[in-house]
Amino acid sequence: MFENLTDKLQRAFKNLRGQGKLTEEHLDAGLAQIREALLDADVNLGVVDEIIAHIREKALGSEVLLQLSPDQQVVKIVRDELTELLGKEVRMQFASRPPSVWLIVGLQGSGKTTTTGKLGKWLGHNGHRPIVVSTDVYRPAAREQLAQVAKATHTPVWPGAGTDKPLEIVRGAMREAKLSAYDVVLVDTAGRLHIDDELMNELSTLKRELAPSEILFVADAMIGQDAVRSAGEFHKRLGVTGVILTKLDGDARGGAALSIRKVTGAPVKFAGIGEKYDAIEQFHPDRIISRILGMGDVLTLIEKAEKTIDEKQARELQRKLEHNEFSLEDFRDQLKQIRKMGSLEQLMGMLPKIGPFAKLPKDTAIDESRLKVAEAIINSMTSAERDDYNLIDGKRRKRIARGSGTTVQEVNEVLKQYNEMRRMMKMYGNTMKGKMRGLGKLRGGLSN
Amino acid sequence: MITLFGKPEETVLERLKNSVAKTRTELSARVEQLLTGDRPVDPALLAQLEAALLSADIGVGTTKEVLASLRRQVTEQKLVGSAALKLELKNQLVAILAAAPVPRNGDSPAAVAAAPRVIFVVGVNGTGKTTTIGKLANRLRAEGRSVMLCAADTFRAAAIEQLEVWAKRSGVELIKQKAGSDPAAVVFDGLTAARAKNVDAVIVDTAGRLHTKSNLMAELEKMKRTAAKLVPGAPHDVLLVMDATTGQNGLAQAREFTGHVGVTGIVLTKLDGTAKGGIVIAISRELGLPIRFVGTGEQMDDLVPFDAKTYVNSLFD
Repeated sequence: MFENLTDKLQRAFKNLRGQGKLTEEHLDAGLAQIREALLDADVNLGVVDEIIAHIREKALGSEVLLQLSPDQQVVKIVRDELTELLGKEVRMQFASRPPSVWLIVGLQGSGKTTTTGKLGKWLGHNGHRPIVVSTDVYRPAAREQLAQVAKATHTPVWPGAGTDKPLEIVRGAMREAKLSAYDVVLVDTAGRLHIDDELMNELSTLKRELAPSEILFVADAMIGQDAVRSAGEFHKRLGVTGVILTKLDGDARGGAALSIRKVTGAPVKFAGIGEKYDAIEQFHPDRIISRILGMGDVLTLIEKAEKTIDEKQARELQRKLEHNEFSLEDFRDQLKQIRKMGSLEQLMGMLPKIGPFAKLPKDTAIDESRLKVAEAIINSMTSAERDDYNLIDGKRRKRIARGSGTTVQEVNEVLKQYNEMRRMMKMYGNTMKGKMRGLGKLRGGLSN
Repeated sequence: MITLFGKPEETVLERLKNSVAKTRTELSARVEQLLTGDRPVDPALLAQLEAALLSADIGVGTTKEVLASLRRQVTEQKLVGSAALKLELKNQLVAILAAAPVPRNGDSPAAVAAAPRVIFVVGVNGTGKTTTIGKLANRLRAEGRSVMLCAADTFRAAAIEQLEVWAKRSGVELIKQKAGSDPAAVVFDGLTAARAKNVDAVIVDTAGRLHTKSNLMAELEKMKRTAAKLVPGAPHDVLLVMDATTGQNGLAQAREFTGHVGVTGIVLTKLDGTAKGGIVIAISRELGLPIRFVGTGEQMDDLVPFDAKTYVNSLFD
């Protein structure tokens, strides 16, 4: 959709190839591209201009590394700047004496109720005993919605029946929490506009009554320039302690994360990444930076890959690649691992749209059932065949097809893919090794 | 014939203006400050203008285009002074919004004669679809139409209950099934009932969905096919509900929903806040989609027909 920042920068710096040094003029051309990319990503204009000014200063200063190409230099400085702005991952706050109260606030439709349900589930999984309560006495069926969400997530809910006064509702919930030893009370509040004086005052009252350990501002990842105004006002009135960015499973770039952080100083603590109640994760600043810059979620991909692929196995694979011993059996293991890593579509979305991945069509839909078919075909081969695919002649192909309940064409297809992968892996085998090492270094550098 | 849009009556026009004016933001304040009186046009003025447009979520592409045209006219001496510049800027924005043709589908003789007229309300999560439907039903009722609501958001918790409240408020019938049932089946039931009872219009509430989820978009297509089988040409209107706080992602939303289910118009909601919803200008420019209504509050009558001039004026005046 948006032109990739990397492409833009590469174009802006095209004439610089071969020149080691970054001149002021060239820098400004590059910064103009970065400015547009940040604006396209919905970072607030004021914040963008501040960031750009800061980057410019830094780039012209002494921190420039001459061994990087000019566009790499600029990308690195931008990354560093955004990383510094977003800060580190932060832990959730609990009261020293339970029950702790987390107050969930935000504009209408940002996803407060769904998020409350997800937090309830998350807390339950992390050894807490949460209870949820809704003070939304305004929107039709809002309390009913939280009750249904709570039921779906097996979280106790305080119905607050018999009153439609938010203060009375939360008092009841607090009594219940103390009586039944719930250690976290999640208070879902009505969506409201930051300029609605009456409703904003209601939140102040709730805050005074509850002394919450967390006041969490829920923000839609798709929000634009106005984010600074709404978040700023909520912060001014309440003192927001954390931000939850929702609907990050879409294709919004989420630049609001930067705007909100800038104006509230509060860290983004969670990200909502789907409609299911376990689709919430603690927020990783480095990932959203890749996303804002349009550089793909490389870090997430690497992390996922690290978790799934046994390191020893990876080393063995590396050795095999180097010695050209990548057999059909290894191919099958690879297919299995790909399936283990989760939905392929999800994985594809994390790849940067650059380099070897640039030409992938946007909606590359991969049929996971085809992976299973390929596995079945390889399972129907003898181990001699798996070690040396040259053995597999026409007769054997027919047998394999019969054995796996497929057709000879499908067997041919798998063999073709195997050869393709073998070729590709040989090509990438060595460069990937170098790249992973490089990224490791980069990560180390960022956490300093 | 059901007029779903048109010239707003005076009071409504005033209301929109007031609701936007009461929360007058930097944009108008800035532009006002820039353009009061008549001063010569200089690069600084144009830069400040750019900032004002970007702050309204109009987007880099559209802002660049509009500014390039203004610059050209300044260079060619066609625009002299800030007052002329302001007028021309407004005219350009109105022209972009007005250039959006009203899609034929909803206004063909067949559609106008269609009984019932079928209106799909779609959008990403949390934009205000259900609330908009409540207001729209009330509006059509006030015009003397018989209206039926169809609760095809069977996914979100308590969505059906929420729509039920709105149906009661505006005194219209609601067709529903159990939560979790197939939304296309609810559409089937709804349209069958609407035909039998000979109502003028059926408004179908759909679950919020991100435009990037292909399975959910396919579900919407299925609902559309079901509707077309029961009522010729249905759905006659597909209204995309968009939150005024939406940033540049609004363009992708409009593009995807149009690609999958043929959006015929946009409803811009939550315009009573400080957000301007400028992304609709970019959407008009790129996709030629008309904006039909704006939502300005939580009350039943807080839905007014969109008027390009009023909208642009309320941004600047």
